[in-house]
Amino acid sequence: MHELKATRDEKAPGAAAAAAKLGRAIVITSGKGGVGKTTTTANLGTALAQRGARVVLVDADIGLRNLDIVLGLESRVKHHLLDVLDETVSLDDALVPDKHSETLSLLPAAQAREKEEVDTEKMRALIQSLRERFDYVLIDCPAGIELGFKNAVAGADEAIVVCTPEVSAVRDVDRVVGLLGNRFKPQLIINRLRPQLVKKGKMLSVDDVNAILRLPLLGVIADEPEIIVTTNRGEPLALRKDAPTGAAYHAIAARVAGEDVPAPMPHLKETFLERLGSIFGGKRP
Amino acid sequence: MSGRRIVITSGKGGVGKTTTTANLGAALAKRGKRVILIDADIGLRNLDLVLGLEKRIVFDLVEVAEGRCQLRQALIKDKRFDSLSILPAAQTREKDAITEEQFSAIVARAAEQSDYVLIDCPAGIEAGFRNAIAGAAEAIVVTTPEVSAIRDADRVVGKLNDRGKPIRLIVNRLRSEMVRSGDMLSVDDVCEILAIELVGVVPDDEEIIDTTNRGEPVVLDETSRLRAIYDKIARRLEGEIVPFTSFENQGFFGRLIDAMKAG
Amino acid sequence: MIEFFKKLFGQTGSSGSTAKERLRLVLMTDHLELAPDMIEAMKRDLVDVISRYVEVDRDKIEVSFEQQDKALAMLANIPILSVNRTNGQPLPGIVTEPAEPPSALAPAGPETVKRRRRRRKKSKSQGVVAAPETASAL
Repeated sequence: MHELKATRDEKAPGAAAAAAKLGRAIVITSGKGGVGKTTTTANLGTALAQRGARVVLVDADIGLRNLDIVLGLESRVKHHLLDVLDETVSLDDALVPDKHSETLSLLPAAQAREKEEVDTEKMRALIQSLRERFDYVLIDCPAGIELGFKNAVAGADEAIVVCTPEVSAVRDVDRVVGLLGNRFKPQLIINRLRPQLVKKGKMLSVDDVNAILRLPLLGVIADEPEIIVTTNRGEPLALRKDAPTGAAYHAIAARVAGEDVPAPMPHLKETFLERLGSIFGGKRP
Repeated sequence: MSGRRIVITSGKGGVGKTTTTANLGAALAKRGKRVILIDADIGLRNLDLVLGLEKRIVFDLVEVAEGRCQLRQALIKDKRFDSLSILPAAQTREKDAITEEQFSAIVARAAEQSDYVLIDCPAGIEAGFRNAIAGAAEAIVVTTPEVSAIRDADRVVGKLNDRGKPIRLIVNRLRSEMVRSGDMLSVDDVCEILAIELVGVVPDDEEIIDTTNRGEPVVLDETSRLRAIYDKIARRLEGEIVPFTSFENQGFFGRLIDAMKAG
Repeated sequence: MIEFFKKLFGQTGSSGSTAKERLRLVLMTDHLELAPDMIEAMKRDLVDVISRYVEVDRDKIEVSFEQQDKALAMLANIPILSVNRTNGQPLPGIVTEPAEPPSALAPAGPETVKRRRRRRKKSKSQGVVAAPETASAL
């Protein structure tokens, strides 16, 4: 089973930050695109903010920004990360307060600029100053392992890797973990699991992924159409604590915060017919 | 006559570039075309994996660029088809290991010995993307009917327009039932927003995950409905006028028909 | 029956149409961000047209874009320096040298009128200014 429990010790993620009285800067990355980095950043950030933490989400995907639209804040973006790095506006002017969570803010990416325009040292310094103001700085990393990735990682002191149970994604995460090097002890979120497909043997299981990657597991999120709907509306699922996926993000947030909570696992939902079959056919699930 | 050089790109990752490259390439090969697929995603190669050819890699794109081997030595022939080969990317290098000129030259050489060169572009719009499009004369933009994907596709279309390359669109992972319930943008919506020529609509299908796991392009499966769809895309690329079937086009009239059926 | 029409027009209050609207607006904003040259050209053309009616301070023009409800709005702040007569001639008495300060008990003579005009010159306003006072106070 996957009853991984977070424990409070000196080596626990965030311990060093706590000791230095700084917020934690966590980069959310994956290598492969489209596995759910932005969705995870938005939802994890929302869940942490709903718990009362002061959270800032940094969209490091210059030129292809999407964190704003996932949060429903796209119409409120006035300035962006590069404006702040170039010092043409203050950080306060660029930060966009979230619509739903009081202690959540967004630092948007620039859309009409290029990733090459980001100075790594300035990025590091910016993240450091954000750590002085916020409990959590979550950095939404772009896809790939090019300059955008390197700059997103530059200021972070922790990493969460997001992986879907598919061969290409697992391979890419493996590569990214290698590139992250010894500075990071990345934790894993498995996204878009389809329990029915796993059951049919048509999708990698959580065990399969764990066996290959061998990373501490923060949680598993099931694939559901609701995610698309919430992105359409710009309302992260984590706002619904009672919905299964919302609850899963809250559990992940609790674990990130160091609480002793079991890693969320989507239970295999039996369909009515299966239950019927098991009653009449005597099949055991 | 040199082959056509088409880059398969998207901006957003994970929308199906590699799957499209593999399956469209396979569909063209099945129609008797000589096809070479090039994986331009240096450092995060996946085209080999999707085709199940990962164990046969000897040389890669970067080694060809550096002159350490000939192109023909690096090309892996897919034995399931008469004329489908792939040039894998390097895994342990970075995208700056090759220049736009070097990449273009390799693509040109590949085009001399094929009817189609399909370039699997990395996600994003950084150097890897720029290299990939440098080698191509045409582009196919792949998107899913989701907000972030379309936004990124729009950005990419802008960049491609700047370079004057003809662009066509594939809408991937369409979920008809969600379009019908109004929870997903329709193909019409996507076409209206991006305003480029539609060349294919591919429904969301679990089969893709399974076939990718097994390294078998879906077009090899006689029973798969996706096989027919990729074949249609191949035919449209060849210039044939092939109508889009009803599930593909859930616009106003699609809804009218559904509404009448539902009574 | 209502369900029929709802389905016909896709009006189920569903997220797809919300998404389409949001995407349309965000792409407009993205395109504007990507076209600073176009915006500069637009500013120049705007100034040329408005200058046919009023004299403006070309260096202090500000143009911004704001999302209002379901549309993107362009806001232009254009300082107006003076207003021409309808026949294209400037109003008499528009002076640039400072007037002599009037005595405290003098009636509103020409000097006061000149000062009033200079104050109007300096005020910033959006859009076209209302018809100016004539010099008939003289």
